[in-house]
Parts: sequence; structure tokens; C-alpha cells
Amino acid sequence: MSYEKLHSLAEQERARQKKLKKRVFCCTSTACLSAGAAKTMSTLDEAVSACQCDENEVEAVSTGCMGLCSRGPLIRVESQGEDPILYGDVDANTTVQIVAKHVPLVENIEPLDVDADEEAKKRIQTQERLLQAKSEINLDKHVIPLDDPFFIKQVKVVLSEVGQIDPESIEDYLAHGGYTALMHVLQNMTPEEVCEEIRRSGLRGRGGAGFPTGVKWNYARMEEADQKYVIVNGDEGDPGAYMDRTVMEDTPHRVLEGMIIAAYAIGANFGYLYVRGEYPIAVQRLRRAIRYARRRRIIGKSVLGTDFSFNAEVRIGAGAFVCGEETALIHSVEGKRGMPRIRPPYPSASGLWGKPTIINNVETLANVPTIITKGADWFAGIGTEKSKGTKVFALAGQLNKTGLIEVPMGITLGEIVFDIGDGIQEGRNFLAAQTGGPSGGCIPANFLETPVDYENLTKLGSIMGSGGLVVVDDTTSMPSFARFFMDFCVDESCGKCMPCRVGTIQIRTLLDKLLQGEATSSDVEKLEDLCAFVKTTSLCGLGQSAPNPVVSTLNYFRHEYAALISEEISEGIEAE
Amino acid sequence: MSQQLRTRKASEPHPSGDDRYKAIDLAARQFSYEKDALLEILNIAQQTFGYLSEELLFYISNSLDIPMSQIYGVATFYHLFTFEPLGKHNCTVCIGTACYVKGSADIVEDLGKKYDIEGGGTTPDGYFSLVTARCLGSCGLAPVVVLDGEVMGRETSESMLKKVDAIFDEAEEETGSE
Repeated sequence: MSYEKLHSLAEQERARQKKLKKRVFCCTSTACLSAGAAKTMSTLDEAVSACQCDENEVEAVSTGCMGLCSRGPLIRVESQGEDPILYGDVDANTTVQIVAKHVPLVENIEPLDVDADEEAKKRIQTQERLLQAKSEINLDKHVIPLDDPFFIKQVKVVLSEVGQIDPESIEDYLAHGGYTALMHVLQNMTPEEVCEEIRRSGLRGRGGAGFPTGVKWNYARMEEADQKYVIVNGDEGDPGAYMDRTVMEDTPHRVLEGMIIAAYAIGANFGYLYVRGEYPIAVQRLRRAIRYARRRRIIGKSVLGTDFSFNAEVRIGAGAFVCGEETALIHSVEGKRGMPRIRPPYPSASGLWGKPTIINNVETLANVPTIITKGADWFAGIGTEKSKGTKVFALAGQLNKTGLIEVPMGITLGEIVFDIGDGIQEGRNFLAAQTGGPSGGCIPANFLETPVDYENLTKLGSIMGSGGLVVVDDTTSMPSFARFFMDFCVDESCGKCMPCRVGTIQIRTLLDKLLQGEATSSDVEKLEDLCAFVKTTSLCGLGQSAPNPVVSTLNYFRHEYAALISEEISEGIEAE
Repeated sequence: MSQQLRTRKASEPHPSGDDRYKAIDLAARQFSYEKDALLEILNIAQQTFGYLSEELLFYISNSLDIPMSQIYGVATFYHLFTFEPLGKHNCTVCIGTACYVKGSADIVEDLGKKYDIEGGGTTPDGYFSLVTARCLGSCGLAPVVVLDGEVMGRETSESMLKKVDAIFDEAEEETGSE
């Protein structure tokens, strides 16, 4: 398919959407689904079609995450010439009320005929329900104001189409400007220029380490090889984080577009999307996206009629946290045990099957199309000196509002917790924010004014990580919180290197001793030494960062550890 | 030669007559018996059979021509693969960070205590399994529990004990009526 055809496809879809008087969006992302969104969506479909208005005027759309997961299921009504209205906690009854309020019902309802077929009967029943609902509309407590700090403090780049489009429709993505970046790159830019543009934008890896993406691409571009690979890292193992899943599920084409641009930039013509096995919907939607893209010649031999060819395949992970590490991930794609190896050589020189390979996180690649269309300078204008752009966080824990948020780098932790998250539940006090999952640390209240970026979080003993942000209140015991993460690391340590395999178990044993009230002050010293040892001598990122939760809580909440030391045993030892 | 042997084998039904092996054959053929497809095929096997039995692993070893030792190494490395069948009813409790801070560990402990199984265990009669998961990705609704395929949010120990008790009551009624 040529550029013109793709453009006209986008135009057609845009024109169709413009004609619609009302569009009712229902979030069917995983979080809302577990709150009952499947029922909400089917009721919405039934109710809208029972209204029997012209299908060119009203449509019900199943869309992706709207962000405020704690109020799910969510429905948004967009009417021509009016501000959109968002409803939360929408069950089947509320759905009927929403449709009764916003969608005009057919005037003459047929009387219920006993001989009518099942479908007609159901329709008439729904119509009667709608009619009744019209007289008892009470939606005030469901309306969520869109000028709430939860929404206005956010800046959407990666999530700009999430919750706006139907993830299964390539036309919808095209209508929202999808694949224009790819077209621009193929028509007007050399691979070298693409790498330079990404480098200038200041985009850094969103998977945790924060390596400059453009630099990584350029290394791989300069390698000479008959075959190069791109791997998308969608193995989101951090418990309490679901940013990448949402991006893969709700804008699969954005990930694909970023991936194809990356492939063009380094000269690769094959790519793997490595997706966590626990995300079946993401796998299904990405596979479908690849199929649709192939049909439109966006993937395949001669992409969009150029002499660049590219193919992609989805690979399913099977649940191993260490596979987030790039060399481990490569082994996993090769069908082996996902164990890391010593670097160098870096994958950009010798990766998958010994060929130059780049591995980028889902969110990193999802930034790429926007950087190309809006320019590196625009992107570099957001954020702090060394951390550019936005970051998606999965905001969870004991907050009033939780969900998926995208904020500019440099926003303070306090703004995230108290403005976006609307403070701590039940009026309790903020104790700590945990970022970076099992590899990160806890940040206490006196750093709430710190701007969030890669450097600051590292300085505070945590990491940016992939974007899990869990807030805990003062009922949480920090040593047992640290033990929770250590338990995770023990379980996930791949066993290759000694410090991580044995060290994590020993740290957990010491924490257990402490929590059972059998530890002495020398045990706490031992704990500190051991943490430093594991941190400095482990082979890969998992081991090197595994002590972070313990070290950071020891730093900021030492009194909690001190309170657990058994005086009796300590004195006994001293007496000896 | 070996390729020929394998293809012929794939066209014949598994000696047990179990149709589910066809899914494995199909997948192996799709990946042209490439060794790097092992993880994919194990995933399909786990989905189709619910767990990986020794016989099944031998079958995969044969069709991909990978030594059993290697297959076992890979299969035991990843958490998604299980080697025992699940119970008739099963309950998955999320112990991701968000669910943990909202008390999901208590749910696991209380359920485990009451029915005398550990997280990841099945009752001796194979009736009920208690499984833990690392983040189901519904952190906004923490703590999240999946009971027999139904996802439930904001659960507590009490609410879960009640629901699981109901499942066990059902079992007693069944045996009582027999």
C-alpha cells in the first residue's frame, strides 16, 4: 500500500468519526475488566443498538485504559460540540441510565409480540428498560470531573491514544495520526538522521537503567552484519506495575510503529516482541496488529513500497523476572533458560544468535513516533536537564485515587501523591513511596518536594525502574515490606552467580530473624555488609539492585529496625 | 533423515489417542521444528494440558529433537510452567506489591491455615488449589483474587474464607447425595 492510500484511509476514518453525533467509550482494559467491564460493555452495546438510531450518528466503542482504574468500570460520552463526560463505577444499571440520558430512543416502541424472535424480544425489553431508566436518572455520584488534578496534571505522549481509540482498529490509529512518523522516516530521513534525532531528543530507556536510546541505536547501526534484530521488551515483571501491558494492549500499533522505525534506523529486518506470558490480551492484540499491518504492507517485503523490508513475530515469555535483563531476554527468545551473561560484548555488537541486536522497552519505543512527528526539540522541551519527556507510572497502594498516569519528568513526588493520587486513604499519613519495584527503594516524606527524574531517584537510593509507584501509609512495617521484596528476589534469582543466589537468601534469613525478635544489633550490621556485598559483586542488574529495598529502608526508617532488635539477646551476647 | 521421521510421526495420532497432542504437533510444524521454538511449544503445552507431565515433556523432547535434560532445565526455570495438575477448584491470590500492602498475604495465610495447604499447593483429594501470582495487573482493585476464573477485587480474608467455604460445602453436599 502506498503513502497516498494510507493517507486516504486515515481521511475516510476521520470523516466517519466527525459525522458521528455521539460516541460512547467504555474502558475494557484489564483493570476495568476485573471490576466488571465486560458486563458494562455488553450492556452498552445492547442499549445503544436498542435505541435504533442511525448508526452513522451514534456508536459504542470499546477502548483502552482511561487512567482512573480505582473508579472502574469507566464510560466516557463524547457529544459533538460538547465537553466529554466521564462516568465511574459503572455497573449494568448505570450503563442503561447513561444511554437513556445521552442517546435518543426510537419513538415508537413495538409492543412485545409473543411470536417475535429472541433478538426482537430482547431489544424490546431493553427499550422498556431504557424508557423506565429515563425517569429515574441519578448519575451525579458517578460523574468524574475532568478538570480534576488527576487529569490536568498529566501530560500524554505515550498514552495519547490510549482510551481514545479502539485498540483493534488500525483505521482508528491511522485517523489519530498513526504511521505518519514511519512514512516521514522512510521518505525523508536516512538511518543516521533517525538515530541523531532520537539522540537529540534526550530519550532514555524506560525499562529502568535509562541508557540514551539514540546512542544505543547508533552503536547497532554502525555494526556491519548480514542480519540485525530489534527486540521489544514487554516482559514487565515488576509486581505492581502495568504500564507496558496497557500500552501493548491499548495502542499495539504505536509499539509496532516505534519498532519499525528502530529497525529502519539500525538496518534490521526482523524483530521480536517478547511479551510476558501473563498478558494474553496483549499477545492477541499485538499478533492481530501485525496481521493488519502486514495486510496494508506496513510490515513485510518492501515496507510501504520502499526497498526496506521488515518482519515481526511475537514471542511469549513464561514468567521470569530476570528476563527483563537484556542478555537474559535474548537467551529466552532463543528458547533457552533466561540467564544473563557478562557484558561486553553488548547486544548492540553481539546479541540474538550472535548478531547485532537492540532491545528496547515498550514505553521507550512508544515515544518514538511522537518524537519524529513533533521533533526532537519539542520532546526535549519537556522534563528536566538530563531526563526528557514523560514517564508513565502505575500508581497504586493506599491512595484515594489509583491508576495509570503519565507525568512530565521533573514533577515532584508530592504532586503525584497528593494532587494526582488525592492523598492517603482514610485520612492516614503518608509513610513512603516505593518506586522501581523489587529493584527500587522507599522514599520517605521529607523528599516529597524532590523532582522525579532518573538522577534524583538514584540519589535517593531508589531507581526510576519501569514505572511502578506504590504508596504506603503509616500502618505499614518497613522491615516486613523490605522482606516482601527480598522474598521476590530470592524466588526470581536465576542462580547463575553466587552473590545473588546465596546473598539474597541470607538477607532474607536475617530479616526473618529481625522480624521474629531474635536479632541483635550485630545482625543489623551484618545485614548492611551483606547488602553492600551483593550490590557490588552480582553479575546482572537483578542482583545489583536486589538489596535496594533493604538499604533504602535501613537508611530512612532505621528506627523501625532498631525497635525490632532484641535487647535481651544483645545483652546476653555482650555479657559473654 | 531425522526430519523425515519426525514429520511422519506428527501425522500419526498419539498412541494414547489423546487429541490434545495434535496441538503440540501443529505448533512444532508451524515453527518448522526449530529448537528455539521450545519456549513457545511449552507454553502451548501448558495451556492445552494445564500442566506438564513427564510423558508430555518426553513427547516434546522427541518431536523437537532436544535432550530431555535441556527441556527439563528450561521448563523448571520459568514460573508459568507447572508439573502437577491443579485442583478441581482453584483460587489465585495476587501477591504483587499493591495487593501485598493491602493485605493479600493475610488472605493466603488464612486460607492456607484453614484448609491446611500452602500457597501453590493442592488439597490431597485434588479438590482445591491455592495459587499465588506475581501481579495480575489490576492494582487499582487490590487485593485481587481469581476464584475459578472469576476476577474479584478488594477482597479480605473474611470475604474469601466465606467464598471458599461455600465451595467446600458444595463438595460435602455432592458426597452426601451419592
